[in-house]
Amino acid sequence: MRTDCNAFLGAYPWRKVPGTSPDALVKALDRTAIDVAWITHLPSLFWRDPTEGNAWLYHTARAEKRFKPVPTVHPGLPQWEQVLADAANGGAPAVRCDPLYLGLEPAGGEMRVLAAACGAARLSLMLAVRLEDGRQRHAHDRVGELPAAAVRALIRSDPEVRLLVTHADRAFVEEVHFGSTPEEARRIWWDICWIWGPPEDHLATLLDTIGVERFVFGTGQPLRLPETSVAKLDLLDLSAEKRDAIESKNLQGLTA
Amino acid sequence: MLIDVHAHFYHARTPRADWRERNDSRLAAGSKIGISVHVASILGSFGFTSPTYFPSPRDVTAGNDALLALQHAHPDRIRGYVCVNPNYTAHARAEIVRCLDAGMIGIKLAASRRADDPLLDPIAVLALQRRVPVLQHIWQHRRGDRPGQEASDAGELCTLARRHPDVAFILAHIGGGGDWLHSLHAVADVPNVHVDLSGSGVDGGMLEACLASAGVNRLLWGSDITMDTAWAKLRYLETLLSRDDLALVRWKNAARIFPAGAFPAD
Repeated sequence: MRTDCNAFLGAYPWRKVPGTSPDALVKALDRTAIDVAWITHLPSLFWRDPTEGNAWLYHTARAEKRFKPVPTVHPGLPQWEQVLADAANGGAPAVRCDPLYLGLEPAGGEMRVLAAACGAARLSLMLAVRLEDGRQRHAHDRVGELPAAAVRALIRSDPEVRLLVTHADRAFVEEVHFGSTPEEARRIWWDICWIWGPPEDHLATLLDTIGVERFVFGTGQPLRLPETSVAKLDLLDLSAEKRDAIESKNLQGLTA
Repeated sequence: MLIDVHAHFYHARTPRADWRERNDSRLAAGSKIGISVHVASILGSFGFTSPTYFPSPRDVTAGNDALLALQHAHPDRIRGYVCVNPNYTAHARAEIVRCLDAGMIGIKLAASRRADDPLLDPIAVLALQRRVPVLQHIWQHRRGDRPGQEASDAGELCTLARRHPDVAFILAHIGGGGDWLHSLHAVADVPNVHVDLSGSGVDGGMLEACLASAGVNRLLWGSDITMDTAWAKLRYLETLLSRDDLALVRWKNAARIFPAGAFPAD
């Protein structure tokens, strides 16, 4: 079983990206032997009200059993609590909020309230450090990257909140993990898509120093080739048990 | 056959205490991926006693010596680019002759001098005389100066390539940072510039754009410092290309631009 917890559907505003339709994503899942994808509606991340993409997301997820919806929540908009309730009722494994894309302070009051509400609702909160390499972004794409300090602040802000952080590199993961108490660190999961394999061996190092149980399989597709995360694991000498943990089992802790 | 046209190794006089582990890791990963030959360079002391992209002549020589030693230790798996700093013209030319005579098969230009600078002409002339390709470090669409390097972009490399139409140039790491689409537009009509697919970037659509712009006959597979992303791109190419076209990217294009006999099955 392999679950991609970090996939998108829909067009990206800053460049042409193939494979953004539901059918194309299914083909990519088949190509890379991924059984299930947690999906977010990509265009609405850039809308003033990103939750307007959620209805399409739920509809699409209902039509394809391999999709699980990860709707976007904007805690600065009225009635965001209803969006959270809809996610809980709609079978979402997590909700997404990328504060800098929404013009929010990444660890400000709105985000802290959202973190607490997610904790109370037993819904994990997903945040991306970045969506694209900062060296290649469109001239108008000036949103900053999520700071590690914000993740530390959010995990400390509520004892129940669980975070799924995507697109983080080794330095980011280490800064947050070792800058948190063991109890706090146990409530953070990291997707592997942006962590380097050999010869630098960042992923192997992190699995050794931080632990296999903190990492989950994510790709960032279709913005990134999903083959990359599979290749990272293929290049490791992992036991079947550890590989299974990363590819699916660790997500159970995130969604329990 | 699979040729990695963009690899690096380290040595004892670099800042990395783990240099042996990194070299071993590259070779071990290469075995898993199925890499037949790593065509590598060493950029001086990688910052230990002179800057990575502005290596002193002494560090250039030491780095090349270390790579020659690796090539001799792994004659079936490692080939070398001789790395030079074009600001030291006489040293650069002498180092190219010395290292090619010792068995290296290409020239590596990092970011010591802009690619369109006249100081690169004597190096290109030597590349033509020796029939070896030039791998040029590139910042895809450099919009200003970057600290620590005098990086070039595709436009500047193409200027050099047009001045030396019979020299094979390799545009380094299309996935290595910056706007790769800008580079691909720039190289489209410059037939002696080949595109090295290495780099950490694995953007959806990038490989399709490479094929559309440079064409399958000018693409070279490589890894640079992320072999997982290189393997991913290779796997994706397997779904895009015919078996014959895939062989071009895997090794045949490289075999065409490197000296005859540079690779085992060549």
